[in-house]
Amino acid sequence: MDNEQAVFYSRVLTELTLTFHIIYATIGVGVPLMIFIAQWLGIKKQDEHYILLARRWTRGFIITVAVGVVTGTAIGLQLNLLWPTFMELAGNVIALPLFMETFAFFFEAIFLGIYLYTWDRFENQKKHMLLLIPVAVGASFSAIFITMVNAFMNAPQGFEMADGNLINVQPLIAMFNPAMPTKVAHVLATAYMTSAFILASIGAYRMLKGSDHVYHKKALLLTIKIGLVFSVASAIIGDFAGKYLAAYQPEKLAAMEWHFETEEGAALTLFGILQNGNEIKYSLELPYALSILAHGNPNAKVIGLDQFPAENIPPLYIHYLFNTMVLIGMGVTILALMYIIGKFLKRQFIYRRFFLWLIVTSGPLCMVAIEAGWWLAEVGRQPWVLRGILRTEDAATTSNQVDLMLYLFIGLYLILGIASAIVLIRMFRSNPVERELADMKGRG
Amino acid sequence: MSFELIGISVLWLFLFGYIIVASIDFGAGFFNAYSVLTNKQHIISNIIQRYLSPVWEVTNVFLVFFFVGMVGFFPGTAYFYGTILLVPASISIVLLAIRGAYYAFTTYGRLKSKFWTYLYGFSGLFIPASLSIVLTISEGGFIYIEDTRIILNYFALFASPLTWSIVILSLTSVLYISAVFLTWYANKAEDKNAAELMRKYALSWALPAIITALGIIVELRLHNPIHYNRLLDVWWLFVISFALFLITLRLIWVRKKYGVAFTVLVFQFLVAFFAYGVSHYPYLLYPHLTVTEGFTSEAMAIALIIAFIAGLCLLIPSLYLILKLFLFNKEYVQGKAK
Repeated sequence: MDNEQAVFYSRVLTELTLTFHIIYATIGVGVPLMIFIAQWLGIKKQDEHYILLARRWTRGFIITVAVGVVTGTAIGLQLNLLWPTFMELAGNVIALPLFMETFAFFFEAIFLGIYLYTWDRFENQKKHMLLLIPVAVGASFSAIFITMVNAFMNAPQGFEMADGNLINVQPLIAMFNPAMPTKVAHVLATAYMTSAFILASIGAYRMLKGSDHVYHKKALLLTIKIGLVFSVASAIIGDFAGKYLAAYQPEKLAAMEWHFETEEGAALTLFGILQNGNEIKYSLELPYALSILAHGNPNAKVIGLDQFPAENIPPLYIHYLFNTMVLIGMGVTILALMYIIGKFLKRQFIYRRFFLWLIVTSGPLCMVAIEAGWWLAEVGRQPWVLRGILRTEDAATTSNQVDLMLYLFIGLYLILGIASAIVLIRMFRSNPVERELADMKGRG
Repeated sequence: MSFELIGISVLWLFLFGYIIVASIDFGAGFFNAYSVLTNKQHIISNIIQRYLSPVWEVTNVFLVFFFVGMVGFFPGTAYFYGTILLVPASISIVLLAIRGAYYAFTTYGRLKSKFWTYLYGFSGLFIPASLSIVLTISEGGFIYIEDTRIILNYFALFASPLTWSIVILSLTSVLYISAVFLTWYANKAEDKNAAELMRKYALSWALPAIITALGIIVELRLHNPIHYNRLLDVWWLFVISFALFLITLRLIWVRKKYGVAFTVLVFQFLVAFFAYGVSHYPYLLYPHLTVTEGFTSEAMAIALIIAFIAGLCLLIPSLYLILKLFLFNKEYVQGKAK
């Protein structure tokens, strides 16, 4: 295998592992917060339905955590195995947040174990609820720290290069790089949003399947409310992220918006298909919108792809990823808004089959948006691993067995993905809410 | 004390922590599978499940902690070990992933089948074997450098008696450590049958474990004389370790103070592991990489040490809490509290 192939397979394997891990990681970051909110409401309102909600979410959560933990271990090791040159360089500068991430993970793991096994240990349910705070905090902080590492790859700083050697390393400067605030905020908000919509999807699905218990209605209202709050937050942060790109990574913004020529009062290109390199067809142009998105001023100048040498421009297909992400984000926000208005005005359309089906699709669609967003962020950084410093082709392993490892991991993720889905479905199908509520009554 | 020394000591300690908790975990999985195979499941399965459930995730973190810390303190290792270990480490990842995930699936997801119990139990033995390859490689002699490429000589690796000695050592010590721990745990649960069975396993694995440990020293003499001579410099540490081994064995033999027996066992391995580490110093990979060459910048080292201390302030109370709730809680251990 020559180097080019090793780079190719390393990229595919990394992409595969991350794509698979992100599904479980997003749930891992968002769901503890939902469980906490449900349990808190249950205690505050003295409503056993919310407590049961917390319990059932936790049971499903543990399955996703297990896959998240093992795939997280996989990506952690794989970074070293597939990108040794990158890790050697990055290890010197960005090790601090990487290290802190494991502490956050450690913290979460300990308290999750305690939380799971002490449901009936404490007289006071509040004490038990307090255990969820370190779980949720640990989960969110590991996302924050690991996103800092990723942000560093987009905006490397905090060191100087002298004859290929790193000098004057400043770990905190590297951590708090310009890409960090928008990245971290966007990752957190979208993880909460996606988790909320996934739980809403489950509730809507149960109602479609003929379960009209008030439990599901409560679950649906709660999750959609949370989903709405975080989807609005995600959109606002997304706008800041656009302004960040205009200032610090204009080539990524130009590639994802198909903005070929530098101009003032730039229009935003929505949809469209690219032909013959730079002919845009079937697109919708919003005049001045790109200038507003980039600089908050309709007449501002936006740098186009003409300002960059061809070998430094990311692939132009990221435009489709950007559209997918934004479209889904807007779609579910509108859906959540309609549900809440409908609920407030006591309209019955929110319980009609077509509307419930729309809610069922919202969770999986959000996950698609998460994936599209990550592919956009990562492919948009090509051809660099460390923007402006280390090219992808110089960072990959020189090992000859990367292709074999790719097949090995494809097998692993197939098994884990299918098995976790089967286990989750069986878990809830064999023990519906109605039965569990009846059991609780029987005991109480 | 130099920063390098602090860094490597911290990592060595965490690696030791992982070896102990992972040994208990891997061994427990194996004994569980073995008991199903020999129809003794009713005796020990409960005990094993009750211990493993709250801590399996914590065990995994120790490993992550070790390799993240390694790259943090010694970025040079990422380049060398990252390139060489693609295949062995990938196999370990797959085994760890299947094992971890299926533990959760069977425990929480009601995926009950003997097949998974066997898979879980026996895969647990391959993991220490595949991970211990790293220790073999660190002794040097299995790597050659061509142009700028680092290449691992698989043939030399698998043909070397040193490799197999280390693999067998990892297996026997996993089973020995785990059996002693579970004897203590079962005894605490006042489960006489389980304690007796585990005591039997502990006694039968003690001898193989100590013999293979001695075997390594002999193998090293041929493979890496520098390291061997440095090992001889600290011979007295191995004597202490051996004495501790005898104390554990004696206590288990006379069925007394299993808790003390396990604590002494931990110290026995700690002393031996420390002696091995000290004699390996300053090399991370013979003869390509030393601690100094692989070390990070001073600013990063200080930042990491501060983060480490802050992290420990969070971790130690939390670990104490989990031990108190599950390991040292009589009601839980005996299965009376949930």
